Amino acid sequence: MNVNNNRENTRDEDKSRQIATGATPSRFWRGLADLNGTEEARRFRADEFPGTESDLQAIEANPHANHISRRTVLKYMAASAAMAGLTACTILPTEKIVPYVRPPEEIVPGKPLFYATSMPFAGEGAGLLVKSHMGRPTKVEGNPSHPGSLGHTDIFAQAAILDLYDPYRSQTVIRDGEIASWDDFYAALGAMRGAWNANKGAGLRLLTDTIISPTVGAQIRAFLAAFPEAKWHQYEPCGRDNARDGAKLAFDDYVNAFYQLENADVIVSLEANFLYSGPGHVRYARDFAARRDPDSATRPMNRLYVVESTPTITGAMADHRLPMRSSEVEGFARALAANLGVEGANSGASASGQFADWVTALAKDLSAHRGSSIVIAGDEQPPIVHALAHTINEKLGNVGKTIVYTQALEIEPVNGFESLRDLVNDLNSGSVETLIIIGTNPAYDAPADFDFVHAYLKTANRVHSGLYYDETAELSDWHLPQAHFLESWGDTRAYDGSVGIIQPLISPLYQGKSALDLLLILASDTHLSAHDTLRNYWMANRPAQATAQPFEDWWETMLNNGVMAGSVFPAKQMTVKLPTEIGSPAASAEPANSTQEAIELVFRADPSIFDGRFANNSWLQELPKPINHLTWDNAVLLSPGTANRLGLKSEDYVNLDLSGWKVGAPVYVMPGHADECATLNLGYGRWKTGEVGMRRGVNAYYIRTSNQPYIAQGLKIQRTGLNYPLATTQHHHLIGPVGEEDELESVQAFERDLIQVSTLSDYKTNPNFTHEGEHQEEADKPESLYPGYPYTGYAWGMSIDLNRCVGCNACVVACGAENNASIVGKEEVLRGREMHWIRVDSYFRGGVEDPEMYFEPVPCMQCENSPCELVFPVGATNHSPEGLNNMIYNRCVGTRYCSNNCPYKVRRFNFFLFSDFRTQSTYGMRNPDVTVRSRGVMEKCTYCVQRINHAKINAEEQNRLVRDSEIKTACQQVCPADAIIFGNINDKSSQVAKLKAQSRGYKLLEVLNTRPRTSYLARIRNPNPEMPAQKLHPPAAGTIDQN
Amino acid sequence: MAPQGVQKTVEVEPVIPPLPEGYTYATVSDKISSIVLGQRWRRGWFAGFAGAFLLVMLLLYAICYLFVKGVGIWGINIPVAWGFAITSFVWWIGIGHAGTLISAILLLLHQRWRTSINRFAEAMTIFAVACAALFPLLHMGRPWLFYWLFPYYPSYMGTWPQFRSPLVWDVFAVSTYFTVSLIFWYVGLIPDLATLRDRAHTRFKQIVYGMMSLGWRGSAIHWSRYEMASLLLAGLATPLVVSVHTVVSFDFTIAIVPGWHSTIFPPYFVAGAIYSGFAMVLTLAIPLRKFYHLEEFITLRHLDNCAKVMLGTGLIVAYGYMMETYMALYSGDIFEKFMTHNREMGPYWFIYVIVLLFNVLLPQSLWSRRVRRSVPALFALSLIINIGMWTERFMIVVVSLHRDFTPSAWGLFIPTSWDWAVLVGTLGLFTALFYLFIRYLPAISIFETRRELAEEKEGK
Repeated sequence: MNVNNNRENTRDEDKSRQIATGATPSRFWRGLADLNGTEEARRFRADEFPGTESDLQAIEANPHANHISRRTVLKYMAASAAMAGLTACTILPTEKIVPYVRPPEEIVPGKPLFYATSMPFAGEGAGLLVKSHMGRPTKVEGNPSHPGSLGHTDIFAQAAILDLYDPYRSQTVIRDGEIASWDDFYAALGAMRGAWNANKGAGLRLLTDTIISPTVGAQIRAFLAAFPEAKWHQYEPCGRDNARDGAKLAFDDYVNAFYQLENADVIVSLEANFLYSGPGHVRYARDFAARRDPDSATRPMNRLYVVESTPTITGAMADHRLPMRSSEVEGFARALAANLGVEGANSGASASGQFADWVTALAKDLSAHRGSSIVIAGDEQPPIVHALAHTINEKLGNVGKTIVYTQALEIEPVNGFESLRDLVNDLNSGSVETLIIIGTNPAYDAPADFDFVHAYLKTANRVHSGLYYDETAELSDWHLPQAHFLESWGDTRAYDGSVGIIQPLISPLYQGKSALDLLLILASDTHLSAHDTLRNYWMANRPAQATAQPFEDWWETMLNNGVMAGSVFPAKQMTVKLPTEIGSPAASAEPANSTQEAIELVFRADPSIFDGRFANNSWLQELPKPINHLTWDNAVLLSPGTANRLGLKSEDYVNLDLSGWKVGAPVYVMPGHADECATLNLGYGRWKTGEVGMRRGVNAYYIRTSNQPYIAQGLKIQRTGLNYPLATTQHHHLIGPVGEEDELESVQAFERDLIQVSTLSDYKTNPNFTHEGEHQEEADKPESLYPGYPYTGYAWGMSIDLNRCVGCNACVVACGAENNASIVGKEEVLRGREMHWIRVDSYFRGGVEDPEMYFEPVPCMQCENSPCELVFPVGATNHSPEGLNNMIYNRCVGTRYCSNNCPYKVRRFNFFLFSDFRTQSTYGMRNPDVTVRSRGVMEKCTYCVQRINHAKINAEEQNRLVRDSEIKTACQQVCPADAIIFGNINDKSSQVAKLKAQSRGYKLLEVLNTRPRTSYLARIRNPNPEMPAQKLHPPAAGTIDQN
Repeated sequence: MAPQGVQKTVEVEPVIPPLPEGYTYATVSDKISSIVLGQRWRRGWFAGFAGAFLLVMLLLYAICYLFVKGVGIWGINIPVAWGFAITSFVWWIGIGHAGTLISAILLLLHQRWRTSINRFAEAMTIFAVACAALFPLLHMGRPWLFYWLFPYYPSYMGTWPQFRSPLVWDVFAVSTYFTVSLIFWYVGLIPDLATLRDRAHTRFKQIVYGMMSLGWRGSAIHWSRYEMASLLLAGLATPLVVSVHTVVSFDFTIAIVPGWHSTIFPPYFVAGAIYSGFAMVLTLAIPLRKFYHLEEFITLRHLDNCAKVMLGTGLIVAYGYMMETYMALYSGDIFEKFMTHNREMGPYWFIYVIVLLFNVLLPQSLWSRRVRRSVPALFALSLIINIGMWTERFMIVVVSLHRDFTPSAWGLFIPTSWDWAVLVGTLGLFTALFYLFIRYLPAISIFETRRELAEEKEGK
């Protein structure tokens, strides 16, 4: 470039600066519209971009003409960007900025800090510790001092970190689809508030999800007090309405029931998936698993009975599982109650006749465990089943021992469907002037018969606050971005009422404001911050026992602990007040009739994306759903028998017709599903959210109606002849041989001793069963020509207790979060390229109609004789002196030979550039201690080597050895059931060494002499010898076409 | 032996096949060199080359896309991390066997009939190995780091090949084989290149062939050196014929995958390689002799001999199949048993059917002399065996991998269009190279054919 050109450019810069500053009243111009006004601008642009002048004139002449070419738009964009840049260069910030010379006291670069917080989710607060690297939250862990967590979390809490950094999260205030600002909203709100003040809030409605936050509750009450004519509605599509109504039915009062499973010897689940969902499930999983130790002398193994329609992880853990249609559960509960002497529970003879043997044996077992048994009803079951469960528990004397009643967790317990129905009626009648929706998405998830969308559009002022610009936001006048819980102050209650404080880990990344903030704005209390409001509330309402302490001390301690001491609700003495004749048996409890045309449909919250709120979370979308390993989609789950009768197989696309409501869906044939019944998960089929979640799967809300929201009758299934590929990570049934009743993969898995199972009584007589059999004997004496490598220092090893593992998948998400795992998308999962370093395999035993189900988490085995190390041509995988099978990404050239030679297939390959190097917002989320892998590189579980090294460095600094349980791998730390234990096997006193020494320990494919460091403890079932044989439903005629 | 370039008039006496009847030294040279030096572009050649060249373009496109996107464009996955690339690699290497076998082993065994087919068989070897050598490079996740498989200096990264891995052995085996084959072929070409130099009409050709013939003047010392060199190279190449495919088979046998981990693989692979190699020789020889009217040089006797070699090696391969199945059942090993069962009854059952039909059953027709002497039948059979042997490698690579030890990780391999593009592209590359070879180099050894003529005369 020559000098003249430079000079010209400088002149242009000057010119453009003049234009930019002179053209608008402010120093900044908002776009071309501002610039177009001046003559200079026009000339400048004509100089710079010849030929655009005519276009511009045409636009000005007819601004709505649709003839601007793509090329033109691009040109203007480039011009805007270039000129904007020129102006920006010259302006220095006027505020004083301070360099980072003396960092804040507690921040040491490279060392993470942990903060306690809570996650509000579906009517419960989960206690969390969140890891923060230099101010960026990177990983969620459970809070050990929180009663609902005890240091563990579920998949949703693990994946919350991705929601925080989700680039598709709503970022700005949006008015009628255009970007606006909070100031604009304040102005609009001022006008609205004038009207409210005048008419006391008549025509003002508030719609929220289930509110359990005490502070928000108080705010809403104060708001309603200020505007007495206003009304508050609560709706949650997969809430606990039935549980609330059941309690109301039984006790004539809303109460919260929580369970003490560690005291229960016999547990009966009436379709309750208490190990996976609902308040307290993380704690329940742990308490349940703690009672699954067959060797414990003091705490004998519990026994779990489950009746359910669609297989859940709770059903898989059952010692006795009875598949039945959801509608039959009521009959079963009545029969059980009647058998236990509950008066008035008289059920239809048909139901009791069907399950007579089962019920008799179960009732006998329960009677033998009075005070140490429990009956739990599922949230999808109608209130009467909950009431029956309460009655049975009272009858068995379990109250206060295994079940505790307290006041309700909710600030205002209501039936969400009825609440929303009222709202919709009012919307339709035109009596609603302003509707403010906070944190829910009824345009998507309201029952189809409400036709919420049209009702909503009849309202004059529609305000929506949510994490995403979603279906409801799209229809609203105002969309207000909500802050993520990791960005906001707040409070929650755990399953037992303990208060957890929500502390922000980071200032809002975007313009989000939490519900608490928003209520301050609505109440015009903007002089208060959310933090002040929270503090003020608790200053006034802190538990009585804490009032002796100075408030500041108490507050700081509580923030530090994350849970408020003494806030557990006191137990309430409740007595069942059921009428003598408990309703009449539901008409639907008739035995399944295999000739009927219409079958039953069960709606369930999706195990991965729940009611749809996590639809844009790719970690959860790609997480294989428990047991069926489906990703990225939902499907109609059918039992093999019913599918066979209907002539359907997996991946057939069908039309569902539920009393006139129609939707199309793919079929998945689910072993263990009840016959004549189908399951469809809610949460899919979103049409407005981020790119990740849009247009995936089937929107079950299209056919969900308010009168039968969970169990619907009259489903007709129509074949279309079309095929819909479903991406599963374990190919049960999709490729099995034709006409075999047992499923090939599972048969082979048992034949190869991948899963070892015994019953408690057999185990007592033969504790060494895992070491028997031809192959095991061979394997127990490993032989090699070479002497083994001596592991003198640490020798890391892992033990996985299959008797404890409940298959909840938390380890899979936690591993991905810790190790920066990539998400590959449905197409790649279909090709078999998912990138999870740990997977939870599931296998079936005993026929596909009513099988026993088994889970097996499989991380890298870290073999001492690793087949992978032998074949790697460039030495990218090496053995460490501590027995780790290290993976050196830099050195990998990607021949994939190591994966071929891995008998466990735990290696994962970056077939493409799977890691997202482009989305800036996710940079902050990554664990800085773990490499983000590039294309063409093999990767696998490292036993979280970064955590091992941290602990070793710490220990060396303090001149000591790493202590037992000092290192927790990500999967171990999250595991609610404590099924995964990691440690130094050279230290014979370590937990892992002791577990490995147990007689039921075994290793996978030991016969190959790979000498894995990961070992397993066999599953021990605890069946009731008096129970009838497992199979009640004989397989339907004909064999199952699995092809 | 006659010096080059000097025309002699010799009374030709009738000779028996495999030598061309009615040819003199001069007419042999005329006939063969006219294919190269003839001025006219044959339309058939041009059409064929254009077709092949299009496929080369397809290959380049597929490779570019592969390098830009990654190996994910193929159908491979976990558990089937090797798919078409390794299948085709083994297949091409196998095809490369026949050339060296013909030129080296048959030379040492004084099989005179090899003369007319050894030149193009060697060329076939070079091109096949070149195609094969593409695949290990292409199939790497990070192909730009291919040189890490070689021990190289300065080793500034402190990395070194991991010599326990058969892939490293592969690198050495294949590169050695390629080098020796190339040198052997080139050394064999020198006297003929000199002939072409002397007969070339244009200055350009004279210079090019002149440079390529390395100053060959046909002196007695040259011939003596040549004989010694070619004997030595033959000696060197002979063990390579056996070693290359043995080492390639180690890629599988060293691994523990059922269906790979088997001691029978080395001989079975070598036999299979020769089997497919001879099939490819026939696939090339039959059109070649037809279109260039070389029936007198490549006679039915040549075809018959090739067919016999195919029959013999085919039986060894069949024995291999039999023993694999037998050992799986006899050993009682559940993994081996399942693997065999899965081959026959699993989702890839049709692959097994093709393998048995194409490699075992149909080639049994070669017992019949009529089939061995029927050109169309042989051509069809050669194609069938080529396809069959490719399928066999697919069976070994993919069908073994797709259901190995851990049932939860079982999967399927479904090739994508890119898989096919690369496979078909290498076929195009091979064919294009072969077209160029026919056009620019003597496809049949001129001097060796003349020597045969001389020896026969002397023998008479």
